[in-house]
Amino acid sequence: MLTIETLCKTYPNGTHALEKISLNVDAGEIVAMVGGSGCGKTTLLRMISGLEAPTQGHVAIDGEPIFAPHPAVGIVFQEARLLPWLTVAQNIAFGLDHLPRAEQEARVDQALLRVGLAGYGKRWPRELSGGQAQRVAIVRALVAQPKALLLDEPFSALDALTREDLQDHLLALWEQHRPTLVLVTHDVEEAVALADRAIVLQPKPGRIFADIPIDLPRPRDRLSPEFAEAKRLVLKALDGSINQPMTHQPGKVHSPSAGGSF
Amino acid sequence: MSEGTLDNSSETNAQPGATRFSVFGTSFLLGLVLPVTAGLLYEAAFRAGLVQARLLPPPSRIFTTLWKLAESGELKTHVIATVGRVGMGFGLGSLVGILLGALTGASRDARRLLDPTLQALRAIPSLAWVPLFILWLGIFEGSKIALIAAGVFFPVYLGVMAAIANVDRKIVEVGRAFRLSRLAMVRRVLLPAILPDTIIAIRSGLGMGFMFVVAAEIMGASEGLGYLLVDGQQLGKPDQILAAIIAFAVLGKIGDWLIVVSTKPALAWQDTHQRGA
Ligand SMILES: Nc1ncnc2c1ncn2[C@@H]1O[C@H](COP(=O)(O)OP(=O)(O)OP(=O)(O)O)[C@@H](O)[C@H]1O
Ligand SMILES: [Mg+2]
Repeated sequence: MLTIETLCKTYPNGTHALEKISLNVDAGEIVAMVGGSGCGKTTLLRMISGLEAPTQGHVAIDGEPIFAPHPAVGIVFQEARLLPWLTVAQNIAFGLDHLPRAEQEARVDQALLRVGLAGYGKRWPRELSGGQAQRVAIVRALVAQPKALLLDEPFSALDALTREDLQDHLLALWEQHRPTLVLVTHDVEEAVALADRAIVLQPKPGRIFADIPIDLPRPRDRLSPEFAEAKRLVLKALDGSINQPMTHQPGKVHSPSAGGSF
Repeated sequence: MSEGTLDNSSETNAQPGATRFSVFGTSFLLGLVLPVTAGLLYEAAFRAGLVQARLLPPPSRIFTTLWKLAESGELKTHVIATVGRVGMGFGLGSLVGILLGALTGASRDARRLLDPTLQALRAIPSLAWVPLFILWLGIFEGSKIALIAAGVFFPVYLGVMAAIANVDRKIVEVGRAFRLSRLAMVRRVLLPAILPDTIIAIRSGLGMGFMFVVAAEIMGASEGLGYLLVDGQQLGKPDQILAAIIAFAVLGKIGDWLIVVSTKPALAWQDTHQRGA
């Protein structure tokens, strides 16, 4: 459904962010991207969304190449990025301009209800907590009913309890239309709690290090031994990805920064 | 600090509405303490024969003069003349300022083409234009309005250009992600984003307008508050000068207040530390 082929990205300043990423994601699948800071997760997501052009390779959704933001692909950024001059309800309806007013209102009301924010529609974004704002941002992308939704560490700024709560909200929303989810996270627990597959990226330049299926039935019990085992697998891969010896580069061997990306 | 404590203590023993009013009243009254005390002291010193008030008349005489001017209808004529000039010059200057500021803010090519010239013009003290404006537009309204418009133009132009250039890339990206057309991007993202800064620019533009109307009227006018100033100087009537100054202050304040009040509903969303202050 989502095809990523030999995607490379080198930024104008020379940073080699991604090297030959190839990946297929099925319809309705939830894929988690994990990897250390700076390994290119955001870059990858931005290229899938069409906000940024790859240096090489291409992305396609249902065989249709993506050059610019595509109606079937939604994105949730790391920060909520609500428009401060619109109320919560208007923010959620931001991408629904083409629909009749009644349909907009119906979708907004239902969305607010689903994320536990009924009655918050008339508030300004500044009157929301961080977690509430992030829920609004997720719902803003989802009410447009994209076939694929990209999420860039949507919960990373929240405390553990809120995060778990929002993960459940996200799953509940996903159940509705079952869009494909690509979720960037650096939280292994989050990856295992949500995803069908965890893709571990390796830094400098960003490459796929491991592709780990997570075959646990939903709803998942975070305390079960199977969950712990899956977590261990992903963690191990993550460790490996970071401690990989660098490919031998003459002159760079003794560079103090050559060790890891953190 | 002290305002916070004041707020809290009054909240506990008064209704919310009353609280807001009393806090507003307190801060308003506090601002009056200094000028009123100074005025009263001076008045008292004058009454006691301690000061010669030939050059600086006491408040009572200034207000009497102001009152007489108002009663005779003269004040109204002068105020209308001044407000008319400020209005025209401000309207013209801010309109052109907004248009050019938007153009140079939005398009790099337009900025490269226009901005150096405009910045060079800005470096010229606006009053230096006066002789030229008079040559071109005559001694009457045209040159005055042109001078005021030139004064208003620059702060508005700079403010709007900076506002557009500073719109948060992250917010614009939200618009891109939802595939807004160019027009929709301007209407739904850029315009609301620059509104607060634009209003500030317009307010400083209006301030400049009042500054330059004085210059324009001093350089030759048969009516207007600036004329009252010159007239007062030539006839040796400091009370008339001070009355005109007070009228200027009140007009300027009212103009600024009108902008603030009329735009307040459009800015209710703002998240600044000055909210409700
Ligand atoms: N606009 C840019 N211009 C130049 N280099 C960039 C740009 N954005 C990111 N980079 C670089 O590309 C690499 C990948 O960055 P990216 O933001 O994709 O990392 P990330 O995996 O999302 O990290 P994090 O987990 O910290 O968000 C980094 O080395 C970063 O410095
Ligand atoms: Mg990132």
